Amino acid sequence: MILNIALRELRSLFLSPLAWIILGVIQTIMAWKFLGFIDYYFSIQADLIRIKDTPGVTDLVVAPLFDFSKVLLLIICPLITMRLLSEEKQSGSIKLLLSSPISMTEIVLGKYLGALLFFIFVILMIGIMPLSLLSSTDLDMGKFAAGMLGQLLTISAFIALGLFMSAISKQPVNAAAGTFGLLILFLIINIAGNATTEGNNFFDTLSITHHSIQMLRGIVNTADIMYFVLFSLGFILLSIRQLDAQRLQS
Amino acid sequence: MSALIQAHSLHKIYRDNHAVNDISIELQQGEILGLLGPNGAGKSSCLQMLCGVLAPNQGEIIINGTDLLDQPNQAKQCIGYLPDKPPLYPELTVNEYLNYAASLRRIKKSQIKNLRELAIERCGLEGYSQRLIANLSKGYQQRVGIAQAIIHQPDIIILDEPTVGLDPIQIIEIRKLILELGAKHGIILSTHILPEVQAVCSRVQIIHRGKSVFNKNMQELKQSNQILLRLQNTPELSVISNLTGVDSAEQASEHSFLLAGVNLHASLTNISRHCVNNNWGLLELTPIENNLEQIFINLTSGEDTHNSEQVA
Repeated sequence: MILNIALRELRSLFLSPLAWIILGVIQTIMAWKFLGFIDYYFSIQADLIRIKDTPGVTDLVVAPLFDFSKVLLLIICPLITMRLLSEEKQSGSIKLLLSSPISMTEIVLGKYLGALLFFIFVILMIGIMPLSLLSSTDLDMGKFAAGMLGQLLTISAFIALGLFMSAISKQPVNAAAGTFGLLILFLIINIAGNATTEGNNFFDTLSITHHSIQMLRGIVNTADIMYFVLFSLGFILLSIRQLDAQRLQS
Repeated sequence: MSALIQAHSLHKIYRDNHAVNDISIELQQGEILGLLGPNGAGKSSCLQMLCGVLAPNQGEIIINGTDLLDQPNQAKQCIGYLPDKPPLYPELTVNEYLNYAASLRRIKKSQIKNLRELAIERCGLEGYSQRLIANLSKGYQQRVGIAQAIIHQPDIIILDEPTVGLDPIQIIEIRKLILELGAKHGIILSTHILPEVQAVCSRVQIIHRGKSVFNKNMQELKQSNQILLRLQNTPELSVISNLTGVDSAEQASEHSFLLAGVNLHASLTNISRHCVNNNWGLLELTPIENNLEQIFINLTSGEDTHNSEQVA
């Protein structure tokens, strides 16, 4: 049932121009950036030889590329997630789901999975670019895999937050604005921590950046994984509760 | 046989608006219940509660013997619901949409195609199955909405204003479809179009300001306790009033009388024989049917609706 809802979501997404535009834009911008990083690598290659324990192409091309993709995903995620529930509420098609023999949990998980599948596709498309380097050089596949995992976990958290904003707002635009704002807040909240010496641990713990940056360096920490899992799970549960509460109120 | 729907004393409160106030609804197999009421009376809220879209603040809903609030999934399986605005995905084709609707009702993949074809045929959508819903006219979108509600062949079909926005021919077709479905299923439909209720419903419930103010069978509704008697040779009014079965009589015009009585219909033959025997020259003896429109206006336009349960 969850899969049915997810596939319908995915299908509708690809039937609209939005998904294709997003895919095209991401791919173009990422390719441009990728080229830039490679160019930069070539320009400093001569200096690198002189350094002991030099950073390799994975550190200088793949990691910054994945780091940059986070910014793009942040901009695009609200565009996809805003529709998930608020559009159905606006058009009234949510009544089909609510009057069908399925639970709120199934509805929310189906929607979540639908968006996640789309973004898995996006991430894979981004991942193919650095893999093309394999034809001419060696990549640190461990670091590459850690980076991909980091992207997957980051976008899972983004979607969960977007889904929740979509659950609480009646208009998709409001959901997008809210998601956008909160995501940026979660990305930069550790800046406040860095400014003060005391208590920076707390703000670091809240920040998405703090937890995703480690994986770009190839460090996969259980604490970081748990942060993303709990973040996603938390907002999914809130979405389910929100839908239930709306059934009682509105 | 137990009722398909037994809803007892439902309440729905939106902030300070008591939209549904102690309404009970029952539906039997093979019955078409018309839920009537002016705009904003609470019809849609009632229907939404019956199919689990809204949760009542108070009350109990038993669907086919299952409590909707305790076991929503089992109960919802028996319901097909068409909201006031059909819940469509314009980017899908009719076939895709109906497949999705069927899968949401947990219909086995192997059965979906057959049931879909049946629903398409019943709603007159043949030839439109490959069309995008966005490109269909409003009438056909409404049909897709109905097809969605009946695809899993539910025992109960709940239609919220099913004929809004349709042209007269489509309205007639939809009414025919409702009558056809009503033979096997139980149907609740809400509307504020009175002739529609008269055309299709077997029972009428009128809702006004969140309260149920009228609930009668179509047969009962039509039956009033009055008959019109027209005679060639008019006798005295007092003679007429003393006929058996007549509780009161008044002279409506020179040749006609309006008779009222609780058991009037039982003594119709008696009255006619009396007229003939006395050579009054019987011209007309007509039971007066209650007019739904009159009842509706009486019940919903007056400020005081507290005692209206007894009216009519």
